[in-house]
Amino acid sequence: MSVEHIDVKYVAHLARLSLTADEESRFGNQLQDILQYIEKLKQVDVTGVEPTAHAFPLVNVTRKDEVRPGLTNDEALRNAPSKANGLFMVPKIVE
Amino acid sequence: MEYEAVIGLETHVQLKTKSKMWCGCANEFGASPNTNVCPVCLGLPGVLPVANEEALRLTTLTGLLLNCTIPRRAKFDRKNYFYPDMPKNYQLTQYDQPSTSTGWVDFEHQGGISRVRITRAHLEEDVGKNSHFDRNSGVDFNRAGVPLMEIVSEPDIDGPDMACAYLNALKDILVYGGVSDCDMEKGMVRCDVNVSVRPKGTRGLGAKIEIKNMNSFSGVRKALEYEIPRQIAVVQAGGKLIQSTRRWEDTTGITEEMRTKEDAHDYRYFAEPDLMPFEPTEAWLAEVSRCVVEIPLARKQRFMRDYQLPAPDAQAFVWDRPLGDYYEAAVASAKNPKALANWVINNLRAKLTESGSALDQLKFPPAALVELVDLVDSGKISGRIAQDVFAEMFSTGSNPGRIVEIKGLAQVSDSGAIETFCDQAIAANPGPVADFLAGKEAALNFLKGQVMKLSKGKANPALVGEVLTRKIKG
Repeated sequence: MSVEHIDVKYVAHLARLSLTADEESRFGNQLQDILQYIEKLKQVDVTGVEPTAHAFPLVNVTRKDEVRPGLTNDEALRNAPSKANGLFMVPKIVE
Repeated sequence: MEYEAVIGLETHVQLKTKSKMWCGCANEFGASPNTNVCPVCLGLPGVLPVANEEALRLTTLTGLLLNCTIPRRAKFDRKNYFYPDMPKNYQLTQYDQPSTSTGWVDFEHQGGISRVRITRAHLEEDVGKNSHFDRNSGVDFNRAGVPLMEIVSEPDIDGPDMACAYLNALKDILVYGGVSDCDMEKGMVRCDVNVSVRPKGTRGLGAKIEIKNMNSFSGVRKALEYEIPRQIAVVQAGGKLIQSTRRWEDTTGITEEMRTKEDAHDYRYFAEPDLMPFEPTEAWLAEVSRCVVEIPLARKQRFMRDYQLPAPDAQAFVWDRPLGDYYEAAVASAKNPKALANWVINNLRAKLTESGSALDQLKFPPAALVELVDLVDSGKISGRIAQDVFAEMFSTGSNPGRIVEIKGLAQVSDSGAIETFCDQAIAANPGPVADFLAGKEAALNFLKGQVMKLSKGKANPALVGEVLTRKIKG
């Protein structure tokens, strides 16, 4: 059976990962195996079965519009690698 | 060859909720950075979002106000991308099953009513706010997770004027419905524009170019005024436009290319496994339907039709909704709706502004204003005297009929008294009398003014004119 070829470089770029040539070939093979498995799953007859992201037929899980306390600024920034003036500092954003 | 523009708008609107979309952090503008945050909106591992019911309600209400279909089932999806203002590395949005679809907005444009079809209004979340410094950038996540509604229009817009008319109509509807405050200064409404050009009269669509980064309606106008001629010039010079995204630079007044189709985002949407679908029940929909208000255009048209008001008066009652409601409470018993509108829009509004008070603090009932208008209409008091009576009503709350009676303000229509005043005025002003006889009509107004002065404003002006003319011209 023919499996769509996966573009490892592109997928790595989307995930913002930089891979070595060796990793590209290793992960490429692993991803190819996963696609192979998906091909197998595709053979299951799902006529009349609606696609779903959930195992339970639960709907309308909502909360009331009420304000609840969150984190203080100190707590929020505790794990930040870089911070200043209450802000998370990041490398300069340019698009 | 002549070209025309084809424009569609994507309008993002922050919803008027107390808390954020997926967590209980306050939806509040202007707080200190990163103080309205929690593990959910910071995208920390292991947290679960729970949908804000009010945000779902406001989105559905918007759908009803925009004549949309409300699907039986809506769901949320992850839109994956990396950007520092998006802590989860995906935005929760509605991809293929939005909360509302296929509606329209009617609005006034170029002296008629135009319609723009609405593709959908779906619910998503806002992102954090970046500030840029010399060497790095700072991120404030107070805005991250604020409920954001995206209203997508069909490409039914033909130019900058129509785009602005549509945006203003949309904003007015959302403010009327209590869906959003639409405060542009606070960034509550943001807009992306899709624009292409084609030979005039043809049906096909040219390469779609998206423009981002307009933070006001005038920005949208200016961006389109720049971009449409730019595209036409490219095509006319034999060039080819390609699907791309451009950024509007407000300071320089031009659009610049950000990316083309080849490096367009690949968002890899998939259904959000942490959120259950939403299936509005009949009872819930009925409850939302009860919050549907009359939209501004319908209100304007109704005021013009039911009370025979000119467009500017009706528009004044649309812009100032409490004033319009007050007018409606009074007009039921009014014999002259137009005169009442003048009093409400001019005198009452001016007094309210001057005294800094509100309609619900008025000391007299709406019916008293109607009575005042009737007193003028029936000739009982002059328009000038009515101003004094109104001032008295406003400060004491007394009934206008009673004020006229007690202060002896009733207009003098007794011809004997008026004849005496006229004789006095004619005797004292031989110059203007001669002018009037010589054909200067304006001189009569001067003489009328003298009579009104003698009568302390109480003489019936129409009668004064008649008597003066008769006496002078014989």
